[in-house]
Amino acid sequence: MPKRNKNGEWLQQTVFVGPGLLAFAIIVLVPFLLGFYYSFTEWNGLDLDKAKWIGMDNLHRIFTDDDKFWRSFWFTIRFTAITVVLANVLAFLLALSLSRPLKSRNALRTIFFLPNVIGGILLGYIWQFIFTKGFKTIGELTGWPTFELPWLGTPQTGFWGLVIVFVWQTAGYMMVIYIAAMVGVPKDLTEAAVIDGAGYWQTVRKVTIPLIMPAVTVCLFLTTSNAFKMFDLNLSLTKGGPGTSTQSLAYNVYAEALVNNRYGLGTAKAMIFFILVSVIAITQVWLTKRKEVEA
Amino acid sequence: MSKPHANVREGRSSRLIGVEALAILLALLFLSPFYFVLVNSVKSLGEILVDAASLPQKYLFENYSKVWDIIRFPRALWHSFEITAISVAGIVLVSSMAAYRIVRRPTRFNKALFFCFIASMTIPFQSVMLQLVRVTSLLELRGNLLGIVVCYLGFGLALSVVLFHGFIKGVPMEIEEAAVVDGCSPYGVFWRIVFPLLRPITVTVIILNTLWIWNDYLLPVLIIGSNKALTTIPLAVTRFFGQYTKQWDLALAGLAMSVTPIIVLFLLLQKHIVEGITSGSIKG
Repeated sequence: MPKRNKNGEWLQQTVFVGPGLLAFAIIVLVPFLLGFYYSFTEWNGLDLDKAKWIGMDNLHRIFTDDDKFWRSFWFTIRFTAITVVLANVLAFLLALSLSRPLKSRNALRTIFFLPNVIGGILLGYIWQFIFTKGFKTIGELTGWPTFELPWLGTPQTGFWGLVIVFVWQTAGYMMVIYIAAMVGVPKDLTEAAVIDGAGYWQTVRKVTIPLIMPAVTVCLFLTTSNAFKMFDLNLSLTKGGPGTSTQSLAYNVYAEALVNNRYGLGTAKAMIFFILVSVIAITQVWLTKRKEVEA
Repeated sequence: MSKPHANVREGRSSRLIGVEALAILLALLFLSPFYFVLVNSVKSLGEILVDAASLPQKYLFENYSKVWDIIRFPRALWHSFEITAISVAGIVLVSSMAAYRIVRRPTRFNKALFFCFIASMTIPFQSVMLQLVRVTSLLELRGNLLGIVVCYLGFGLALSVVLFHGFIKGVPMEIEEAAVVDGCSPYGVFWRIVFPLLRPITVTVIILNTLWIWNDYLLPVLIIGSNKALTTIPLAVTRFFGQYTKQWDLALAGLAMSVTPIIVLFLLLQKHIVEGITSGSIKG
């Protein structure tokens, strides 16, 4: 009897966890672990089987002789810093306005969220048209020089073009999270603050924001990690150009491997990319844990 | 009602109107890209290049029928649907079962596995994609439907297991125990009793995964590759843009029809989507 029970336990473990474990192992775990090996090899796209061990050469090359990688690194840092601030400020202000009793509140929430359901690839193509043809027409109609710039034609404006589209895409998502948190703020607390003579912005700063801190953390983390990993938009809006001036890190990894066919070098970069993303994630977990202890 | 009070009220409501007007203005700005796409999708290329802002002088609906055939839209739509539906169903099935077992039998192995799932969520796709191509080629999972579904299963599991895990922890065990006493098998307990209770979080899992898989680009490019029999909407549009550069009349019609399915879905299921995203991001 006990033996049969044990068999039953094994069978259950296999049935319930087995399929997931198998898929996870094949698709994520094994490729990820292989990455550590391939990072130290020379491996070109044509000869998938013949990866040649070359030790630290790839890392050496990345750290001493790869300006493009480090330029894309700084590009990504700047892009992340700016979009995180802009997207969250915009999302927070939208959430504040749309949690007040406005008549068109529901329709407005829908509209601000809308860009988010469309993928980065299609959004990038849509905005490629706006920046090249739409802006030109607006510029001709209004005479505003901002619209007559070659938006996707210079590194500076290309950068801001990506920022605009990313913020446009992300703000609605964060707005939804902020609204959900604001709904949870007890009315009597904000009303008490108003009775005590606090103005609107004072109430927001001293009552609302401290009470929605968990949502703020979630949104900051989501935008940071999404911006840092931006790829689709980069591919369809600027293709990293002009030249390679607007390449994000993810795009640089992709281009190294699948455009230049240097798989080994690409994998080494990919592993560095992974370490950078993990640092962001660990920082976030650490910050959240610390907050929870305080609270 | 005394006068000063009424004044305060009036001041407040006029401020509200101001906020509303501002928000509506911003909403129009948010929508303007869609206006540009729609208006220009029914113009001739010549007219677009002269004036991209005004309404068309002559409506050219054949832009749509042309691009419908060029990108073979019905086929792409079907493949996007097929791949998304099967993958999401698989993710729901496999991750709910795994999460259930991990919660109810927290053995050392299962705890370690759960930790692996959480840790793996930080791995960016670019960090595994090349090796993934290698592994899937070896296992003959490239260029076929099974392969892409298994890939989505592998990448979608972690977040979904974490979401189910968090929910199942709150499901009381007494009901299950009663069912076991009544002679229900462990599988029956899960399917007939536990799974129906997971409905709210199942909706969240379905929504988050659907939005991701429907819009995903790089994974299908690598796994489906050149197998045209499995082209999804993002792949079809990208291929079109590679071949017809600067043909904005057709391109915009193609974009308009490509974004329509997901927008319609969003408008229909809006309430669930917004709720799903909120609970998904707070718990995840």
